[in-house]
Amino acid sequence: MPPTRAKVPRRRSMQWIETRAALLFISPWILGFLIFTLWPVINSAYLSLTDYDVINDPNFVGFDNYVQLFQDPKVGLALRNTFVYLVLSVPTHLVVALGLALLLNGATRATGFFRTAFFLPKMTPPVAVGILLLMLFNGQSGLINGFLGIFGIDGPAWTTDPDWVKPGLVLMNLWTVGSSIVIILAALRAVPQELYDSALVDGAGWWRRTLRITVPMISPTLFFLFIVDSINALQSFTEAYTAFFGSGNTTYSNDAALFYAIYLFQQAFEFLHMGYASAMAWLLFVVIMVITAVQMLVTRRFVHYEGGRP
Amino acid sequence: MRRRIRLAATWTALSGFALLFVYPFIWLLSASFKPRSEVFDHRLIPETFTFDNYLRVWQEAPLALWMANTLLVTVLAAVAVTITSAMVAWGFAYFRFPGRGFLFGIVLATMMLPGAVTMIPVFLIWNDLGMVGTLTPLWAQNLFGSAFYIFLLRQFFLGLPREPFEAAKIDGADNWRIFTRIALPLCRPAVVVTLLFEFQAAWTDLMRPLIYLRDSGTFTVPRGLKALLDQFGFGGEWHWEIVMTASVITTIPMIILFFLGQKHFVRGIATTGGR
Repeated sequence: MPPTRAKVPRRRSMQWIETRAALLFISPWILGFLIFTLWPVINSAYLSLTDYDVINDPNFVGFDNYVQLFQDPKVGLALRNTFVYLVLSVPTHLVVALGLALLLNGATRATGFFRTAFFLPKMTPPVAVGILLLMLFNGQSGLINGFLGIFGIDGPAWTTDPDWVKPGLVLMNLWTVGSSIVIILAALRAVPQELYDSALVDGAGWWRRTLRITVPMISPTLFFLFIVDSINALQSFTEAYTAFFGSGNTTYSNDAALFYAIYLFQQAFEFLHMGYASAMAWLLFVVIMVITAVQMLVTRRFVHYEGGRP
Repeated sequence: MRRRIRLAATWTALSGFALLFVYPFIWLLSASFKPRSEVFDHRLIPETFTFDNYLRVWQEAPLALWMANTLLVTVLAAVAVTITSAMVAWGFAYFRFPGRGFLFGIVLATMMLPGAVTMIPVFLIWNDLGMVGTLTPLWAQNLFGSAFYIFLLRQFFLGLPREPFEAAKIDGADNWRIFTRIALPLCRPAVVVTLLFEFQAAWTDLMRPLIYLRDSGTFTVPRGLKALLDQFGFGGEWHWEIVMTASVITTIPMIILFFLGQKHFVRGIATTGGR
């Protein structure tokens, strides 16, 4: 018997042993995927075609929920609010994070101390951030308007005036810009020093070096933050819900802060419109996909990949 | 000379911004020691210094119970997700098997799915199991790993040299032993990052407690804080000092956690791009 013939089945069984071991190790994820992702996705698609209030059986209604989405003025309002928030918050967030990271990168000592100071607010639970928003931005007695008052500026009613609610939320959320600073700082530290040395020889000033070397070199990181921040902004919930919605909060609830995720939550768990809320979730999914795709197409050409595109 | 001026300017600007970032903490802490009438006087040092708010908040709310609930959920969530995610990550990183690329592609794809899509059906699962109102839904899903941490830990495992594992295999160690005795200790930094990230996520979460918890006795601290705000803020009484004091108590454990794991937090966020 040639020796190779005996080897073939043996190798096959070795591979089976390895596959079986691997499947054992990844089995928790396979189970979790089937129970908590695949089945919910299928069920959510089905529920979105029904009327369902948890107590009675789902009642099939075809595409009625999706038709209703486009007639519900609150869906339109929630989408507009979320979109305005995205447009206001993501660019300011990026610019502030980049500015502070550049400052930190320029300091030679005690950067650890400053980094800690910038990062610490990120540890604050979002509920507490929402509460701080109400107190710091209170129109009459808040710290922000007190500060503006020193300069003779009569600050707006940030927490009640519909025009100022979103800017207030944007400013408050700038407080938690710390993790973006840390990410940008890591990217800045990875820019090769030689690039700056040769630019200095050419007599390029700080602005020129920043705009021509630093920003292009870290553009993949900025691009990543831009996409992730946008996806998060489209789903933002906790701070605005804490500050402007909830039980007992009837006089204060503010439609200017009605974000899409908040309205979805209300439809599902306060009004028990599970079918309608499922349709809302799928609309959100599509909106996120479309906005992310557009952002990628538009911004990709500004992103510089060292050594070519991945 | 110009360099020194630039450094001084950088330092001044950094100090100013650092004060801006830390000031809300100081303001909140200071306000929690003020009587109701002075809460919004914006003095750094309270004119009338009082511990009443801390005593009062302890009487008004079962804070110790909320803390115990949160600690239980947080520890279970963090430990469960770390163990299972590491197992799965090791399965994807070490073994070669047909369909590996495809399955890992699914892991990555699930990260793209907004939580809103699965939120309602997952609630219905826990509802059918009769677990709504208990703490179980807040952590038990972590027993099945989580895509982000699987990705993070797999990256780390892939960076390890293969020799120690082959050597252990020749010495007759089984797969479980190789994983627990060699692989896990070698990737301790990534394990610590996973524990810390999930600890923070579970401690600060509001949405799931809002969905699953019904009576005050089962609340976590963030859920309880929202209830206190609804009662003492929007309820019409406007006892801000109570809400502020509870906010301080909720936030302090996270600050302590940060200082305990600062190095890991910063490195974890810098390498993974956060969560």
